[in-house]
Amino acid sequence: MTEVADAVPVPVTTRKDWSSDQEVRWCPGCGDYSILAAVQMLLPELGVRRERTVFLSGIGCAARFPYYMNTYGMHSIHGRAPAIATGLAATRPDLDVWVVSGDGDALSIGGNHLVHALRRNINITILLFNNQIYGLTKGQYSPTSEVAKVTKSTPFGSLEQPFNPLSLALGAEATFVARTHDMDRKHMMEVLRRAHDHRGASFVEIYQNCNVFNDAAFEGITGKDNRAEMLIPLVDGEPIRFGAEGQHGVVMSDDGSLAVVDVADVGEDALLVHDEHHDNPALAFQLSRLSHGPVEPTPIGVFRDVERPEYGAQMAEQIDAAVARRGSGDLAALLRSGSTWQVG
Amino acid sequence: MADTTTNEHQHQLLDRVVIRFAGDSGDGMQLAGDRFTTSSAVLGNDLATFPDFPAEIRAPAGTLAGVSAFQVHISDHDILTPGDAPNVLVAMNPAALRANVATLPPGAIVIVNVDAFDERAVAKAGYATNPLTDGSLSAYTVYEVPMTSITTEVSKDAGVKPRDAERSKNFFALGLISWLYTRPIEPTIAWIEARYHDKPLVKEANHRAFKAGYHFGETAELFESSYEVRPAALEPGVYTNVTGNTALAWGLIAASVRSGLPLFLGTYPITPASDILHELSKQKHFGVRTFQAEDEIAGVGAALGAAFGGALGVTTTSGPGLDLKSETIGLAVSLELPLVVVDIQRGGPSTGLPTKAEQADLLHAIYGRHGEAPLPVVAAKTPSHCFDAALEAARIAVRYRTPVILLSDGYLANGAEPWRLPDVDGLVTIDPDFATEPNHVDEEGNASFWPYVRDEETLARPWAPPGIAGLEHRIGGLEKADGAGNVSYDGANHERMTRLRAARIAGIAHDLPPVDVDDPDGDAEVLVLGWGSTYGAIAAGVRRVRALGHSVAHAHLVHLNPFPTNLGEVLARYRAVLVPEVNLGQLSRLVRAEYLVDAISFTQLQGVPFRAAALEAAILGQVERVRAGAAGPGGTDEVEGDNGKVVRS
Ligand code: SF4
Repeated sequence: MTEVADAVPVPVTTRKDWSSDQEVRWCPGCGDYSILAAVQMLLPELGVRRERTVFLSGIGCAARFPYYMNTYGMHSIHGRAPAIATGLAATRPDLDVWVVSGDGDALSIGGNHLVHALRRNINITILLFNNQIYGLTKGQYSPTSEVAKVTKSTPFGSLEQPFNPLSLALGAEATFVARTHDMDRKHMMEVLRRAHDHRGASFVEIYQNCNVFNDAAFEGITGKDNRAEMLIPLVDGEPIRFGAEGQHGVVMSDDGSLAVVDVADVGEDALLVHDEHHDNPALAFQLSRLSHGPVEPTPIGVFRDVERPEYGAQMAEQIDAAVARRGSGDLAALLRSGSTWQVG
Repeated sequence: MADTTTNEHQHQLLDRVVIRFAGDSGDGMQLAGDRFTTSSAVLGNDLATFPDFPAEIRAPAGTLAGVSAFQVHISDHDILTPGDAPNVLVAMNPAALRANVATLPPGAIVIVNVDAFDERAVAKAGYATNPLTDGSLSAYTVYEVPMTSITTEVSKDAGVKPRDAERSKNFFALGLISWLYTRPIEPTIAWIEARYHDKPLVKEANHRAFKAGYHFGETAELFESSYEVRPAALEPGVYTNVTGNTALAWGLIAASVRSGLPLFLGTYPITPASDILHELSKQKHFGVRTFQAEDEIAGVGAALGAAFGGALGVTTTSGPGLDLKSETIGLAVSLELPLVVVDIQRGGPSTGLPTKAEQADLLHAIYGRHGEAPLPVVAAKTPSHCFDAALEAARIAVRYRTPVILLSDGYLANGAEPWRLPDVDGLVTIDPDFATEPNHVDEEGNASFWPYVRDEETLARPWAPPGIAGLEHRIGGLEKADGAGNVSYDGANHERMTRLRAARIAGIAHDLPPVDVDDPDGDAEVLVLGWGSTYGAIAAGVRRVRALGHSVAHAHLVHLNPFPTNLGEVLARYRAVLVPEVNLGQLSRLVRAEYLVDAISFTQLQGVPFRAAALEAAILGQVERVRAGAAGPGGTDEVEGDNGKVVRS
């Protein structure tokens, strides 16, 4: 299937080429629209082929995404997209496989598949649209909803400690972990480009506004006027600082925890320097815990980007090694591989 | 039985013998049975085996719960079952004796490891008095052999610690039985050498124990006779001895080779299906990818993802796993992608009897999904038939773009039989027939691809794995518009799609061989209808009834959904239809519903295969009923068999 395509140069495409003819059916004003636009604008820049691009999803508002992409795609069942993607990516290393998921899909019903896909380092790009609510089922609290959230299913407030998606991904040994948000197309495209280029499992949390059931959940940090003071852009090799004048920064305290400080108080040299490629995920983990929800200064960008062998490639290597050692499989010989005897 | 005389011992020819090796789970009885089977197979006997072991890996030693047994039936003619009752029981301890003695016919040989019959062990097995001395075994010929002490003794000067040496006593028992039944010793010695080449002390101890057992038979003045079972007159060809799970794994590889599709197995370990994973993971040079998933759902999900990508996607499981996979199988029904789901049935409900066989997943396989979600179901009938059944399941899956459930069970999975190897070039070829070009022109005259345009003959949709420009398309679990494949909530379209999916599966019947009826005299009035692993027991029961001078017909279904097109006509030919099953009557329900036939259910669920004797009695009951003019529609009656239940309602 791949040889024919290889002979043809990658065609020059525009956003239109990546858009299907299906009418987009998210609620007007939903953050999903801007994510869809960012992806459709990024793909022409990546130099990839439509026929080798696959979008897979589970169930939820976000999961309608594949229908709007003029690529190969599958809208599967709740939570299972990472498992389905695992089989596809392990057998088709020539494909770009994207998994589009939401906080309920990826972290609740599909939590098991998510952590194992990350641990195995399957060559897929997982986009988690985090809106901290169940949208498609009309407004129940989700595994990322804040404690005491009042929803249809929690009229007296939810009791549950929310998941921190990035901490979870880092704990699952993910090799690429990043965060972006639906209000900044440029940042989204840059983070998604990095996620796509990473070999192995990439995990991107995208803060996404559900204007119907959880409107403005991230406004306090992603709103135009709030960003400078509330978003902490992570830049590899650079001191971690933010604020309109870069007046705030992040330092490591004596007890090893991270703290937000004023640069003027500690001096520039005291700031923590971001290192995406550090072998040890501890610093990335600490950064993921810096804010406890979209009400405090929150790091965005690439938290971790390290190399580790990718699952499908290793599977292929084992096959190649077996063929080199034993020759290609011979069915008649297989059937005779135990003790045999002749009758007549 | 002809008698011939050798130097010291009598030597008798037997036409068949059933031997049961029994001991603690840790005693290596499965290994001893397996080696005996292999040397008998190489000798050319026909054979059937029945490994029977507890679910616990090391159940408490010396207790009834911990007894592990391996029964093997060898003969000089073709046989169908592992035998109703052992002629010889090898009991490594009192618990093994107590657990098995009830199945022995009078006159059977009992060989016990007398070293294991101390007071404590006897009491632990639940005996009030020592069965070797209290006269309770007087109906049998009992040989008391000090297996433990001889085994430790012979390895003393080899540097093996007595505790380790004792472990070789299964090889002593194997050696003794090998002498008693005149088996060649070379294959076993060669096997010991190869298997333990990196563990010289274990190798030495096993080797010595095996030979000691063999020589014990020859030199001890204990046995009056040794026996011989000559090779069976099997059809000419090359044979190998194969278990159901191995044959099934090889059948999947054959399907990959004959279709050119790379094989992908997504699975999760579960008894009794795991051996398929083990076998396939050894065969990477066939391009086989095996994926041990985080759970059953991920196993089938990954297989479906691989199928979307153009691989032969397979998942293997047992009942509890089939429950978990149901939602994904339903998705595959909606996606109309090829997928093979293998269910090695075991006793249920829930965890049930993990190591025991049952046929109770049939209705689950056919109906166990929400919505109208039909799919084909294929069942294997003997260990070697698992090969053909796997190939057939893959053929249907690929040709009709559908998930197929392949049913085997714990009895077929672990049981073994000689298999006449097929000519691989004569095996069916499977054409993936991938879509290669657009199949539709839109209003503006542009070529496009519609994923739900159907083949006129098969009603199957095109299979278009990613990779071809112009065929980009989206599929999913939401209802799709007929043809175009876009999401559609239209009621009329849903009804059309539902009926199309059903018609596609029903239409497979025209692509199946007619059901074969074994009715040699052509005048039988009773038909025995079976499916799955009861094949051997039913065929043996039928033989017995025929030997009594009665005509009886036997048909055995491989395709459970859809049924072969001639099944209704076949059922209508007989005055009585008896359906033996290891469940509470599932096939009988299906044929009653489908054909309005007064099928009579004969069932048993004891985790063991039917005994031929029980089926003989059940069939005779029907023969007599028909003769008495009682057969025909209507009425209710219920008859208890000796290990089964006949229900008419
Ligand atoms: S419910 Fe919320 S997440 Fe879903 S489409 Fe509407 S706005 Fe978007």
